Amino acid sequence: MTITDYDPRVLKAPHPVPGAPDNWKRFFSFNTDAKVIGIQYFGLSLLFLLLGGLLAMVMRGELITPPADLVDPSVYNGLYTMHGTVMLFLFLFPVLNGFNNLLIPTMIGAPDMAFPKLNALAFWLVPVFAVVLLSSFFVPGGPASSGWWSYPPMSIQNPLGHFINGEFLWILAVAISGVSSIMGAVNFVTTIIGMRAPGMGYFRMPVFVWTAWAAQTLQLIGLPALTGGAIMLLFDLSFGTSFFRPEGGGDPVLYQHFFWFYSHPAVYVMVLPVFGIFSELITVYSRKPLFGYKFVALASFIITFLGLIVWVHHMFYTGTPQWMRNLFMVTTMLIAVPTGVKVFAWLGTLWGGKIRLTTSMLFVLGGLVNFIFGGITGVMLGTVPIDIHLGNTYFVVAHFHYIIFNTIGFGVFAGIYHWFPKFTGRMYYEGLGKIHFTLTFIGATLNWLPLHWAGLYGMPRRVASYDPEFALWNVIASIGAFMLGVASIPFILNIVSSWARGPRATPNPWRAIGLEWLLPSPPPAENFEDDIPTVISEPYGYGMGHPLVEDEEFYIRRSLEA
Amino acid sequence: MTSTRRSPRKGPPLRLLAVVLVCTLIDVAASYQISRWAYGWLPVPASTAAPYVDDLFSLEVGIGAFIFIGCVGFIIWSILFSRAEKYDESDGLPIQGNTKLEIIWTVIPFVIVMALASYSIHVNETLATLGPKQKYDVAVNQAPEAVATPDATREVGPVEVISRQWSWEFIYPNGVRSSELHLPVNLRANFLLSSNDVIHSFYIPAFRLKQDIIPGSVISYSLTPTREGRFRLRDAMFSGAYFSQNQTNVIVESERNYDAWLTSTAKLPMVQGLSPGTPLYEKRLKEGNRGWATVAPAAPPMVNDPGNPEAPHDS
Repeated sequence: MTITDYDPRVLKAPHPVPGAPDNWKRFFSFNTDAKVIGIQYFGLSLLFLLLGGLLAMVMRGELITPPADLVDPSVYNGLYTMHGTVMLFLFLFPVLNGFNNLLIPTMIGAPDMAFPKLNALAFWLVPVFAVVLLSSFFVPGGPASSGWWSYPPMSIQNPLGHFINGEFLWILAVAISGVSSIMGAVNFVTTIIGMRAPGMGYFRMPVFVWTAWAAQTLQLIGLPALTGGAIMLLFDLSFGTSFFRPEGGGDPVLYQHFFWFYSHPAVYVMVLPVFGIFSELITVYSRKPLFGYKFVALASFIITFLGLIVWVHHMFYTGTPQWMRNLFMVTTMLIAVPTGVKVFAWLGTLWGGKIRLTTSMLFVLGGLVNFIFGGITGVMLGTVPIDIHLGNTYFVVAHFHYIIFNTIGFGVFAGIYHWFPKFTGRMYYEGLGKIHFTLTFIGATLNWLPLHWAGLYGMPRRVASYDPEFALWNVIASIGAFMLGVASIPFILNIVSSWARGPRATPNPWRAIGLEWLLPSPPPAENFEDDIPTVISEPYGYGMGHPLVEDEEFYIRRSLEA
Repeated sequence: MTSTRRSPRKGPPLRLLAVVLVCTLIDVAASYQISRWAYGWLPVPASTAAPYVDDLFSLEVGIGAFIFIGCVGFIIWSILFSRAEKYDESDGLPIQGNTKLEIIWTVIPFVIVMALASYSIHVNETLATLGPKQKYDVAVNQAPEAVATPDATREVGPVEVISRQWSWEFIYPNGVRSSELHLPVNLRANFLLSSNDVIHSFYIPAFRLKQDIIPGSVISYSLTPTREGRFRLRDAMFSGAYFSQNQTNVIVESERNYDAWLTSTAKLPMVQGLSPGTPLYEKRLKEGNRGWATVAPAAPPMVNDPGNPEAPHDS
């Protein structure tokens, strides 16, 4: 049940932000306001999206011709390792925590997070491990170059023999990132369980809150395994232990279990909130209730549960015994069921709606099409005999980019556009947004669709050079990648110019139903302050004709007056 | 009531059913055609595993295409016919769900994926490629083959496969060593896979088979080639700087030619085998050792037949 008797010290705490909300310095300070922290996460992570994209474009430049001629193969290996690491740990996790910070308190009517200082600390660890990770470009021998899996014994070979080396810094950064994510997860889960507005039972929470909760639960269960594995790897690398070294009796495959026990669920940590964003946006822009709300909400936790018992599907060809392959194939295939439930529910929501194709809805629909595609190739890869052929080829690279960029990335863009007016108080420019969508959709399709065929014909992933028969697919992919680089220009232009001088946003420009839309744009420091609304109906009551909260007129009037 | 006119209440569902039926038929036809094309998206099938993998892949492409076309068709249909007019601020139909429909679309995918999984288990058992994986003691230089369990059903081998950063070495039962893998067609060959440094992967796309090689363990692995030709063998598990060069060929020939090759090669003197990383590393050293850190390539293996990496491969 919800807790309504907040500690008055929380509500009345003097807000650390001095002066007017236009005080930009707060974004560069140790601020404990979840909305400030959210925007800090967005700003920082979008910078790292540019860095990760730049690394990717150098890689695609290398791969546009068969031989390794643009950079030395050792440099290519470092680039792709850092590309993956930056995109996951410095772009995707932080950007999704940006959403969590902005949306969880406002959607459940809480004044802030449960532990505001812990929240700020979790954010400020991001620049710390970013510095640790990026400094590895400048140490002798260059950055880590054994892939973001960092499989031993490859990762602990340490060719130059220095104590401080790229791999050392990489492991350290990943471990700090894990600590930061656990701090975040404790905070989000506590906030969701304990700080919902009166009347907001679990089955009145917006789906985004459900999915964030399911995702952060995964973080809490999975991250200790990764962090433990990373520390053992660090000891093997730097202090001569033999957890994973065969010459000391260790087992390299053991590391893979530690790694994937977290890193497969990590995909669900990233995709679940995007399912939440899809559910929020499809209802608003179709003006319909979510089809089968309870099924969709519960499916999130079924994905959490199944996500924890599928990790061996990354190891079907490492000598895993047959019974284990079969078991993990069955669990992997089962994930198609709850995700299918969600997809069909979104389609059911579109049916007979009043669809409005704003930039954010375009990103949702584009992301949904890509997700259906990536989900189908995922089932293929879950089938052992097919995975034996396609595993570790470009088919896998194409598949996971269809999920991680073409779905999650699209969902992130959709969410940024949708909630931009709410948290900045400015409208974005639809024209630029649509250019951004068009370039992104075409670029992403050109980039990753052809690579499926390269993989089917047997092109291994992570290669710096390849046989000439794969050239055509790679040329098309590189053109797509450069197009994605160009697509960032209208996006940056839009965000910067809209925030600086875009038209003022009303409290609810999309006529959406949800607690966050009853707040002024941008919301005040403690959201609803002393007048926390009482929720009286399920979310997404489009066309139902009944209010979401008691005395809704009061909140609407107040948000307009602010 | 003998009126020939249909009651207006029954009209729309019938029309809807007809549209759904026609769309489903188009979807079935299109996805069937795509599933036929799927065979052409794979290299030539050259082992007993290939037809199983190709059939399963074609089946999954067919089912996948049906679902993809259906869902995307539905989205396009909705965008075309359910758009809000510019100034239309009304809401859509307030449908909150349909439990029957939700149960159907939970159960049908469940049945499909479980059927695929059980068929896959059957395929795995039929092929029985993967034998036991046994650890050997690296610290005391124990020979991997001392602990290995060769496949009892083998007709050729066991051939020792030694992978290194970055070369392949194959040792046949009569002591012949080569840099390219020679196999007789239509006989079940058994391999003992081992690695001296890092994880590698024994991947032959034309065979649709891949097996990681784990340092400190020896894995018994069996397969049956079914087509004569020259196929690429690629290291598929990232193994360091010159990983992408760590490729060689598999030469599948008639049993007679294979036996002849074994006998004649046994008489050849040992020469330096293929090690594609070595010349690149030497070039790098000559140019001032620029780039990021890498271990030096392992010494090229000494073999009877170094093979010909330049010869064109079938796939």
